Amino acid sequence: MSTPTEPGLRYRAAFATAESRSDGPLLFPFLTAGFPTPEETPALIEAALRGGAAGLEIGVPFSDPLADGPTHQSAYTVALSAGASVQTALDAARTARAYAPDSALTLMGYLNPFLAWGAEPDPDSSEPGEAVGRPMEALAKSAAEAGVDGVIVVDLPVDESDATREVLAQHGISLIYLLAPTSTEARIDAVVQRASGFIYLVSLTGVTGERDRVAADFEQFVARVRAKTDTPLAVGFGISKRAHVVEVGKLVPAAIIGSALTTTIASAPPHGRAAAVERYIEVVTGRRSDETSE
Amino acid sequence: MSRENGAFGPFGGQFAPETLMPALEELEDAWTQANDDREFQQELNDTLRDYVGRETPLTHAGRLSEQLGGAQIWFKREDLAHTGAHKINNALGQAMLARRMGKRRIVAETGAGQHGVATAAACARFGLECIVYMGAEDIRRQALNVFRMELHGATVISVESGSRTLKDAINEAIRDWVTNVRTTHYLIGSAIGPHPYPLIVRDLQSCIGNEAKRQLQEKIGKLPDVAIACVGGGSNAIGLFHPLIDDPVRLIGVEAAGEGLDARHAATLSAGAPGVLHGTRTYVLQDEHGQITEAHSISAGLDYPGVGPEHAWLMLTERAEYVSVTDDEALDGLQLLSETEGIIPALETAHAIAYAARIAPSMSPEETILIGLSGRGDKDVEIVRDALAARSG
Repeated sequence: MSTPTEPGLRYRAAFATAESRSDGPLLFPFLTAGFPTPEETPALIEAALRGGAAGLEIGVPFSDPLADGPTHQSAYTVALSAGASVQTALDAARTARAYAPDSALTLMGYLNPFLAWGAEPDPDSSEPGEAVGRPMEALAKSAAEAGVDGVIVVDLPVDESDATREVLAQHGISLIYLLAPTSTEARIDAVVQRASGFIYLVSLTGVTGERDRVAADFEQFVARVRAKTDTPLAVGFGISKRAHVVEVGKLVPAAIIGSALTTTIASAPPHGRAAAVERYIEVVTGRRSDETSE
Repeated sequence: MSRENGAFGPFGGQFAPETLMPALEELEDAWTQANDDREFQQELNDTLRDYVGRETPLTHAGRLSEQLGGAQIWFKREDLAHTGAHKINNALGQAMLARRMGKRRIVAETGAGQHGVATAAACARFGLECIVYMGAEDIRRQALNVFRMELHGATVISVESGSRTLKDAINEAIRDWVTNVRTTHYLIGSAIGPHPYPLIVRDLQSCIGNEAKRQLQEKIGKLPDVAIACVGGGSNAIGLFHPLIDDPVRLIGVEAAGEGLDARHAATLSAGAPGVLHGTRTYVLQDEHGQITEAHSISAGLDYPGVGPEHAWLMLTERAEYVSVTDDEALDGLQLLSETEGIIPALETAHAIAYAARIAPSMSPEETILIGLSGRGDKDVEIVRDALAARSG
């Protein structure tokens, strides 16, 4: 598999298909690498793609996930106890790339494990953003080899991101930015000037986790961002049901489902996890009607 | 020294989720404006004087100095500040800042409980809602402080995740803040976290060093040769050190070596590595995969796997030295001070005492050690009693 030289090529292709779809937005499920064990991850990855996922967010577990709710916190704890690491996530990406060559693959995690994957910190860095950017070289190289298209770093805001973005771009990888309902106009401007691949809209003011309904001010939030950019938008946080996906699909071309999928895996019997993932993705993508909960 | 955008050289910065970034910008603006607002500064100073009891005394430790047989030791008595530790200096200032920003709900984390108590008191004083996150393990260790917070009307929430200590309490406080950021101020208790927190906390704690410098000048007509403070997150240490940074004073931060640096400890600068935790780039206790490891110290207030970014910078530039003291040595320091000066220090503070006891004998009687006596030990007497009983038994 050759690596694209320009960041965002596979995202562009994926989002191009979204325009012609009638069955709702692209779905990028979030799967924690190594949950519940690193050995099971490849089967769950393939099940999600088979179920209709257009791509994946592959989560790198972290000991101190301060933007995550209880579901992901405990999934990370389980994965780390089972020996998961950045390597597990890279292996998962390689599995997904082999299984679905056109899928859009994004690593998602917190800074510190990504930094530890890299070289020794450079004591000559003059400021913090540069000091985190330089060690990303090792991650960027390995991620490109594994077929990763983009990286989301939850605790790397645009303000500190330039060195990291440049290092990733040299390996054809997009730094995927997040925007939140609290983002100011100036912050949205800063992100849209730098974004490639897509922009991840955090649907609500809060941590990850299932919610009953989509945040009331989401439409207004989308409009604020849409007015400033043509970069594709995807929405995540609090999206758990087919009804949510259909609702946000009217506003944005892609949706990300995390905690609800994690709960699906956690509550399935050990030998039925892959089947449960496939079935769940089929339901939220509208390929299968949900006879169980709606 | 570079301080633009909260950078201390390659340390510091703002590594926070996007949802919080606008609140950090708002906080920075509010702090800048408050600093230029004479009325705010006047009210802060009046409150520190009339409510906290500043300035706190500077005490010559005559018997301790004599017994150690070297340098003359002086204490900056933050243990005599209202609520029993330096934490109140920061808690009051930030509570006033929150009120100024129109945020009536305060969330805070606490380890030993001293910051929680100080925050609860400040919120009671200013009529603010107060929620304190505290690790379940620390709630067990510091039950008395939990009750004190509740007497002030605060809600104490037990944190069961992770190591169930300070770092997990911080995670949980940040999650609350992410969810309620429009109405809530996160009143962080140490010189850690994303910019502008390390600056705000340092500025609010700098009264320690500024007063001590002036008081020592009045009493002996010179600067100290050495200034020593314990370092967990490092707020009392940076408050003592910062006003002395341009002076010819040796600065020594004392970390918790717990059971020893080759066992469980909390000596982040001595034995950690650079990384990003809780919004700032600093030294962190971590494994080879970048996962944060659990810290250990007999003192709940030092039981933290990160450290303020300015300390990381002071170490890198060799302006300050960072050393460590074990649980056992800290207990010795606590006993030594209790017996020679009639002061029971907090276990955190006892680390600074223990290190001073190590170096004072080799110094001359003309030389002076200034110790930040950051807190009183009432909260720790049960732990100390049990630890001493275990040691003799």
